[in-house]
Amino acid sequence: MKTLILKTASIYLLPVLLVFSVFILLRGHYLPGGGFVGGLIAAIAFVLHAFANGLSESKNLLKIHPGFLMPLGLALAFLSGVAPVIVDDPFMTGLWFPDPFPVIGNVGSALFFDIGVYLVVVGVTLTIIFTISESA
Amino acid sequence: MLTAILLGFLFALFLVFAGKYFKGRLAVVSALIPLSLFIYFASFIPRIASGEVVTSNYEWVPSFGVNLGFSLDGLSLLFSLMITGIGFLVYVYTSSYLKNHQYLDRFYAYLSVFMGAMLGLVLSDNIISMFVFWELTSISSFFLIGFNNTSEASRKSALTALGITGFGGFSLLAGALLLGSMTGTYSIIEMMTMKEALAGHEFYILAVIFIFGAAFTKSAQFPFHFWLPGAMKAPTPVSTYLHSATMVKAGVYLLMRFTPVLGDTNFWNTTLIVVGAITMLYSAVHTLFRTDLKGVLAYSTISALGILVFLIGLGSQGAFLAAAVFIIVHALYKATLFLVTGIIDHQAGTRNVTVLAGLRKVMMPVAVAGFLAAISSAGIPPSIGFLGKELTYEASTHSTGMVILIVAAIVLTKILLLYAGFVAGIKPFTGKLPEKFTKVTMPGPLMWVPPLLLAILGIVFGIFPSLIESSLVKPVVTALGKDASDIHLALWHGFNTVLILSIITIAVGILLYFILKPSEKLENRIGKLEPVSPESILNKLTYFFGVFSKFWTNVFQNGYLRNYVTTIVLFLVILVGYIFIGNSRLVIDHTKLSQITAYELAVTIILIAGVFYTVFTRSRIGAVAAMGVVGLAICLLFVFYSAPDLAMTQFSIDTLTVILFVLVLYRLPKYLVLSDYKMRIRDGILSLTFGGLISLLALQVLAEPVNSDVGDFYAKNAYIMAHGKNVVNVILVDFRGTDTLIEISVLAIAAIGVYGLLKLRVKSSDRPN
Repeated sequence: MKTLILKTASIYLLPVLLVFSVFILLRGHYLPGGGFVGGLIAAIAFVLHAFANGLSESKNLLKIHPGFLMPLGLALAFLSGVAPVIVDDPFMTGLWFPDPFPVIGNVGSALFFDIGVYLVVVGVTLTIIFTISESA
Repeated sequence: MLTAILLGFLFALFLVFAGKYFKGRLAVVSALIPLSLFIYFASFIPRIASGEVVTSNYEWVPSFGVNLGFSLDGLSLLFSLMITGIGFLVYVYTSSYLKNHQYLDRFYAYLSVFMGAMLGLVLSDNIISMFVFWELTSISSFFLIGFNNTSEASRKSALTALGITGFGGFSLLAGALLLGSMTGTYSIIEMMTMKEALAGHEFYILAVIFIFGAAFTKSAQFPFHFWLPGAMKAPTPVSTYLHSATMVKAGVYLLMRFTPVLGDTNFWNTTLIVVGAITMLYSAVHTLFRTDLKGVLAYSTISALGILVFLIGLGSQGAFLAAAVFIIVHALYKATLFLVTGIIDHQAGTRNVTVLAGLRKVMMPVAVAGFLAAISSAGIPPSIGFLGKELTYEASTHSTGMVILIVAAIVLTKILLLYAGFVAGIKPFTGKLPEKFTKVTMPGPLMWVPPLLLAILGIVFGIFPSLIESSLVKPVVTALGKDASDIHLALWHGFNTVLILSIITIAVGILLYFILKPSEKLENRIGKLEPVSPESILNKLTYFFGVFSKFWTNVFQNGYLRNYVTTIVLFLVILVGYIFIGNSRLVIDHTKLSQITAYELAVTIILIAGVFYTVFTRSRIGAVAAMGVVGLAICLLFVFYSAPDLAMTQFSIDTLTVILFVLVLYRLPKYLVLSDYKMRIRDGILSLTFGGLISLLALQVLAEPVNSDVGDFYAKNAYIMAHGKNVVNVILVDFRGTDTLIEISVLAIAAIGVYGLLKLRVKSSDRPN
């Protein structure tokens, strides 16, 4: 399925979709969106790239195997839950910086948790799809 | 106290990392662990003897009443000292017995886990924590029996033992939960105060049966006894430690522990007497037909356990006293005999009693140990065994009802046990040394000192019974709920019936030893009864169970996804449909329905068209694409009904699903007609029923009054407590964050599963045959 149009488009679409996925991830706390959907969109971006340019191209682009994103995301999500324990709050208590950051808005432990979810979803989806298409 | 229990586990963990340093000369150092524990528990003797009960409590799951509650009374102290004391000697012995063994560190780790678990078991006051430790002893026993894991017989015996004792573990858990719901507490001390109420409770018999189930399997009572002879496949130190001195007595311990809670009823006493008597006689007779030294010892151990159960069943103060003394007696002489057997096996290379003879000429100290243990086992004065036997006879002659039968049973058992003790402890050392054993050498002192020490202790305690009287024996009787103040242990009891019985026992026993020689002929003869033994019956049951589950699997899990789906859907339809038809109050309120708009209608038509195309198309890709259309149409409906989060997620998921389908379809053969006309009709009816049922359910849910407390809470507090305005996302990452954490872990596991299934193919050369 290597058509020139799709190939050219995907090269420009990949960064746009990735930025969009991060946007969806960040707005999740106030408006529809979140880590899960964001992760799926990011995964779709890579899958589109892989369809247009071939799997090996996408793998080169990713540098590491997407499977490594899973433990990374799980660790991040877990640590964001453990963080409040250090200041003697129960596990998974939300901690927040008092002032909002520019562009991003309020930052708290929940955001890091959501980033963890995002990474796990990207890792899981890409691992499954890459594995299946490789053995196809 | 918790530290003392955890020490074994910690040491095992330590060995995982530092094991290689403990394989060589340093191995004997690990014996310091049981030694220090022994000293620690021995320091409690004065406090316990004065009637104190030392308790400590650590909260574990307080909301369920499950705590790590420990209490040290006379009964647990006796067992703790046995566990750590014999443990110490076994650790020392092992360092020489398994010298330079490749996996010596592993062995010590298992042994330490076992010791910790066993201590936890006897010290637990909370039945749930007792159950946990109980299971840990079963598991460590499994690993120790199967230690020689290259031998198939070892692995099989280990599995049998785990199966039987695991079944007992289930029974204990059931009993614990039942007792917990009957009394409202899991603490045994608190249960003791409710003894009367328990005995009259409607579930009393059931609770007792569960406790019996646990005790009889663990302590190898008939008809669950057969795992114990099999367990003799383990290295001899294990047989000594687990399968004679400590673990198998856990069942006896459990019965004793529950005597003040559930005892003193007709059902309790009669069952224990009958089961104990059958076990002790059955296995004592079996010792006559064994030629393997460990086989003889295994059956005599079962017999001794039977005696203990029998004594607990008698239930009098004298019987408890006899049981307490006999536990000490048996631990001392049986451990000695096992260690001696281990030495013979290690040095002479055989355990066949028909060929062993005259070994005293080459290993005198071992022969002395064997001889002393044998006379203790035979109950010949001045050994402590004599005292144990006298007390047992005393208790039997004072039993209520069927005295003659009870006395006859116990005397016969004791005669046969005398024979077994002599065969194991004396026979290998007497007579003329055969030619082939002349080169047999003495083992190192690390091996022969432990059994000799135990054997000498058996004599010392016999001559000076006051050493154990108020320190060990009396507190046990007190712990069992009887007054122990008038107990006085002495070797000489005066000339009475009991003494006459003793003399008869010793005389007949010794006669039997000289008349009957163990031989293969006898062993073969009993082999003919094998097909009707409990073991063979269980094996047959296991076999049929296997056949049945194979049949079951072939019907329901035949590898065709369509069959799985059919089964699941059919099951749901029947189950949900049955409940639904009985309880449905389906009312559709037409007035509340909003007007259907044109675009909703359009999307619905697309949806239905997509469904029909999926069902009737002849192209796979076409079907997948049409499914995608259906999914997207549903997304649009979500958007209409203001669920943007859901729509977004569904949209991405649908896209990915189509991609996945395409990838998988690519590998499949060309489209074939898999279902004929009839099957399609059947599937169609099933799907329509299922879809209809789900629709009805959805309508039913709408008709139910909505309990919106939870929803209100989330909506109200999302911004106040979690700084978020998107309630769905706040629920996901904050309110129910732990759920999400577990869900993403499951996702990761699924991905690893897919990766493993597709990538890690076993090469045909690596496949097991």
